[in-house]
Amino acid sequence: METFDVIIVGGGPAGLSAAISAAKRGMRTCVIERGDYPGTKNVMGGVLYTWATDKVVPEFWLEAPLERPVIEQRYGILSGNEILSVAYRDPDWDHPPYNAHTVLRVKFDRWLAKQAESAGAMIITETVVHDLLYQGQEVVGVRTGRQEGDLGAKIVILAEGVNNFVAQKAGLAKPLNAENVAVVVKEIISLTPEKIEDRFCLETNQGATIELFGESTQGMLGTAFIYTNKDSISIGVGVLLHPLIHTKWTPHDLLEAFKAKLYVKRLLQGGETKEYLAHLIPEGGYNAMPRLYRQGVMVVGDTAMFVNAIHREGSNLAMTSGKIAGEVAAEAIHAGDVSEANLRHYEKRVRDSFIIKDLYKFRKTGNFFEENPHLLKLYPEIACNAMKVFFTANETPKKEVYKNMMKMTFKKRSRSELTKDIIHAWRAFQ
Amino acid sequence: MHFLICLKQVPDSSEVRIDPATNTLIREGVPSIINPYDAHALEEAMRLKEKFGGKVTIISMGPPQAKEALRKAMTFGADRAILLSDRMFAGSDSLATAYILTVAIQTINDTDPVDVVLCGKEAIDGDTAQTGPGIAERLGYEQLTYVIKIRDMDQSSITVERKMEDGREVLKAKLPVLITVEKELNDLRYASLPNMMKAAAYEPEVWEAKRLPFDPSQMGLKGSPTSVSRIFAPPAKSGGEILDGLQDPVGTAVNVVEKMFQQNIIMVHPLAKGGR
Repeated sequence: METFDVIIVGGGPAGLSAAISAAKRGMRTCVIERGDYPGTKNVMGGVLYTWATDKVVPEFWLEAPLERPVIEQRYGILSGNEILSVAYRDPDWDHPPYNAHTVLRVKFDRWLAKQAESAGAMIITETVVHDLLYQGQEVVGVRTGRQEGDLGAKIVILAEGVNNFVAQKAGLAKPLNAENVAVVVKEIISLTPEKIEDRFCLETNQGATIELFGESTQGMLGTAFIYTNKDSISIGVGVLLHPLIHTKWTPHDLLEAFKAKLYVKRLLQGGETKEYLAHLIPEGGYNAMPRLYRQGVMVVGDTAMFVNAIHREGSNLAMTSGKIAGEVAAEAIHAGDVSEANLRHYEKRVRDSFIIKDLYKFRKTGNFFEENPHLLKLYPEIACNAMKVFFTANETPKKEVYKNMMKMTFKKRSRSELTKDIIHAWRAFQ
Repeated sequence: MHFLICLKQVPDSSEVRIDPATNTLIREGVPSIINPYDAHALEEAMRLKEKFGGKVTIISMGPPQAKEALRKAMTFGADRAILLSDRMFAGSDSLATAYILTVAIQTINDTDPVDVVLCGKEAIDGDTAQTGPGIAERLGYEQLTYVIKIRDMDQSSITVERKMEDGREVLKAKLPVLITVEKELNDLRYASLPNMMKAAAYEPEVWEAKRLPFDPSQMGLKGSPTSVSRIFAPPAKSGGEILDGLQDPVGTAVNVVEKMFQQNIIMVHPLAKGGR
């Protein structure tokens, strides 16, 4: 049986970052990926954060297949065909050190895999890891679905994504449940660069993102998004599985309903759907994290529930956790100690980083929105109504306009209810 | 026994479209695959090697990216892969391609005699089915095309079944031989992990034009008398005629039979009495 220092299960951003950092430290590293090549099975909304990626491949923007640097982020709420939004734009984000880029994962992950190969890692594709390989209680490798499919390893890093089959079998993770995963459906719609730049007010090397709450998800906990690529638009809707299964909505219908909104329709006009994608996103957060390590094993990326749903961050948590795991693996192997006690350093370093600090910060928000479903239905309506009255110019004196805004608001939500919501929200974000 | 496979990297035809304005293939962004027939040729070579011993060499002509296809082909467990890649080869039609591959095979044959050359029956991007026979002619090998079964083989001969329009033809030929294969010949294997790893680490040999005794006038655009005047998508099949059988079932049935006679779908046997 062939033996490696480090075997990584899964060729996404987390696994490939782990591979790069382990291989760079001289580890004999092997990534096992089930797709034809890394990227074919991988899906996210499409925003890649510069800081975390730069830590894995310095100055990646010089070579990586990126779509557009994001210079404007818009957040908004939809109510019927009304929309209330706020956007922040910084043209300085269109050059180094950037903040984020839009990417198409099929291209980007494949490129990242090439970086891992250049660093010395071997990538085995079209191969599924079924289980860890044990000698007594010790993990000594992995078992794949191929003939003569056992491979030895001193350390196995589980980067298998949201579908955490191996982590479950190893007793580290629990089966997914509907409260902990969101489903995202997404289309890539081709559109000429000129049209994209006109519609989103961009220069040729600039991109924009839009996230919309409220009726964009039929009031369910989640968001709809629109991201600009070079010559296409990524548009999608993501909602938590739990509320979704209690409605009659299918993910596809949710996306179609979003695309039919006048504001959205206008942005997409004349475009042609090129791809249709869907994926699960682990949004269980801090309270749903699996055990992150044991003797000979570390868990990274989506498998570790490292997704910050509130800030729609995921790839950066994945890459940072992968990088840390690769480093800890190299240190442990150099020290000749891959015991549970020694791999504890992985969890410690992830806890000290923004990854778990952020997950902890938002540990209560998921529940909060789930327990208060009115928030994403009622408040978009209230806000849009209030703004409509505020901006309407007619014979009503402004003093009365303000009074009317208050009145309308309190009609939908009483003072005491409103106060309660504010207090609950404040607590949820503590 | 030395088995040699000619393998081509082709665009995945399920994803190729024709630009209706210019009538040219849109190749941009289309993934490349091993020509499916060639994969079956390779599979058969592996089976023959497992049965009779020997080695398997893969050659391919194409741009440097074709290394990917060769690396993938190596997962079957082949021994060696060679990519013929040079700007001078660009633009070769099936005649020039057969010439280039022949020279390469002869060069390999000089040091390592080849017993069986296996090719796919055709490439799915051109559908010409000329390159394999072209190589056989130049090499002076016996050629067996459209093979769906290898019945038997020994040190000096091979017996195969060929696919014909109306049946199968069993042929025996002396070695060395060139055979072109159909997909029915075998089922492709699921590579073992050790072979996957060998292939992942394998670097195919790249042979440039200067390495071989080529006649430049027989390759590239210069050596290619074929010119493509136009490529077009075949017109979509129009839907069939629908006859309403509700109003007048008997009349409709007569009508159907009449139409079938007109189009020679059915006919009266010459010896039948009474005729129509």
